[in-house]
Amino acid sequence: MDDFAAFQAYLPFILKGIPVTLLVAFLAMCVAIPVAFILALGRMSPSRSLNMPAGFVIELFRGSSSLVQLFWVFYVLPFFGLELPPLAAGVFVLGVNSGSYMSEIIRAGLNAVPAGQREAALALGFSPQYRFFRIILPQALPLMIPPFSNSMITMLKFTSLVSLVTIQDLTFRANMVASSMGDSSSIYILVILVYFGLSLLLALLGRFLEAIVNKRAGRSISLFGSANPSRIPPWALGRSG
Amino acid sequence: MQSRIDPSGSQTLSPATGMGPALLSMRNVSKSYGDRKILDGIDLDVAPGEKVALIGPSGSGKTTILRLAIGLVEPEEGTIRIDGRYLWHEEDGGRLRRASNKHTRQVRRSVGIVFQQFNLFPHMSALENVREPLVHTIGLPRPEAEKRAAGLLAKVGLADHLTKRPAQLSGGQQQRVAIARSMALQPRVMLFDEVTSALDPELVGEVLKVVRDLAHETDMSMLIVTHEISFAIDIADRVLMFDTGKIIEEGPPSQVLKAPQEPRTRQFLRAILER
Repeated sequence: MDDFAAFQAYLPFILKGIPVTLLVAFLAMCVAIPVAFILALGRMSPSRSLNMPAGFVIELFRGSSSLVQLFWVFYVLPFFGLELPPLAAGVFVLGVNSGSYMSEIIRAGLNAVPAGQREAALALGFSPQYRFFRIILPQALPLMIPPFSNSMITMLKFTSLVSLVTIQDLTFRANMVASSMGDSSSIYILVILVYFGLSLLLALLGRFLEAIVNKRAGRSISLFGSANPSRIPPWALGRSG
Repeated sequence: MQSRIDPSGSQTLSPATGMGPALLSMRNVSKSYGDRKILDGIDLDVAPGEKVALIGPSGSGKTTILRLAIGLVEPEEGTIRIDGRYLWHEEDGGRLRRASNKHTRQVRRSVGIVFQQFNLFPHMSALENVREPLVHTIGLPRPEAEKRAAGLLAKVGLADHLTKRPAQLSGGQQQRVAIARSMALQPRVMLFDEVTSALDPELVGEVLKVVRDLAHETDMSMLIVTHEISFAIDIADRVLMFDTGKIIEEGPPSQVLKAPQEPRTRQFLRAILER
């Protein structure tokens, strides 16, 4: 089988795209998380000069195609004198795009913490930093992790867009091989399986993080079991000491 | 602690004792939510050590008085002073201007509050709930803060539950942790906002007992919003009856609760007692 031999020959070339894909996803996530927090806090601010620009960025990036955003940054910005290398352009667009979606997750999570928590913290004289990082955030994080992990998985697959700005990721390499081989089906099956495997790993990582933040928030879940931690306190079950 | 001299010169005398400056003083305070006026031009003075019970139908403004007294909400009109210091204002050459958040935080520290819904921090143990304000608000070294927190929890009968999270405690136990927590900063004024309303009837007694002991043992001033009439009779020096944002009757419990003058007060008390 000629095709199979060719496939085997090209396999290492394609798989070399995996670290590139992972690198883009990782860097974009490093951009997305701080961007998401800044946008969320900006949007929640009572000050118009903060919440208006934050809202604008969020709606701009959620409301237009990521591919067009990438082309804009890579092909149009150079006309305005800003030339970014492909990796920087890809990481920037994926990061801010994903950060815009994630900012709404953060906003929802922070708003879900009961108002009484903020009031108690205020009444006890805690500083604004303490109130945010030690009272509100630890209670909001467990709510944010599952949708965060959704965002991570979505973004991992969106990294394939960077193949269109010359980055040699998994998709880029697959496309190259496919166009030089007659039969592309086996290559695209392989690519799907690789993305699927990577997503599965990310999903597991998400469950792992979820277990950690839940544990710190006073709830426990198992890595593979029900995602709903039991809210029934032990004393209600007659296990109190 | 020495009480400060009132800088404005207009010292308010407490109606209960007729002597000494009031520890908590509200002048012409109004508060609205939207176009609903919750409090309408309230004047209130609470003397050091005085225990004041606030009664009245829901929506009459009694909870809002407590939230104003600790600065969780800001009044549209009027001034609030704690121990002579303005909560929301700073004096600037004889005139009042809006104080910084830091100033408000500083003044608020003399006031403690216990909420109806406890509002314990669910991600911290009972001990941590009481310890954290000692460490972070007044900067006590951790071992000392821990010792003091354990002492406060022992005082409310929870010496055996230090490491438990709120979810592992009963409602009555949670509320007692909350009382210990609000005591941690040694406030001079304590506010109790219907602290037994969210409890199973079975657990009300243990919490009332703790509040009653506190009232009898300490010289803190207390403002207590409650529907427990016999409790109010027992601990209050003065009772305020609220209706539609105003204090419509006030006096010692023997008068307001046992022989009310106002028809509205009589009607309200009858309704609660017949429950």
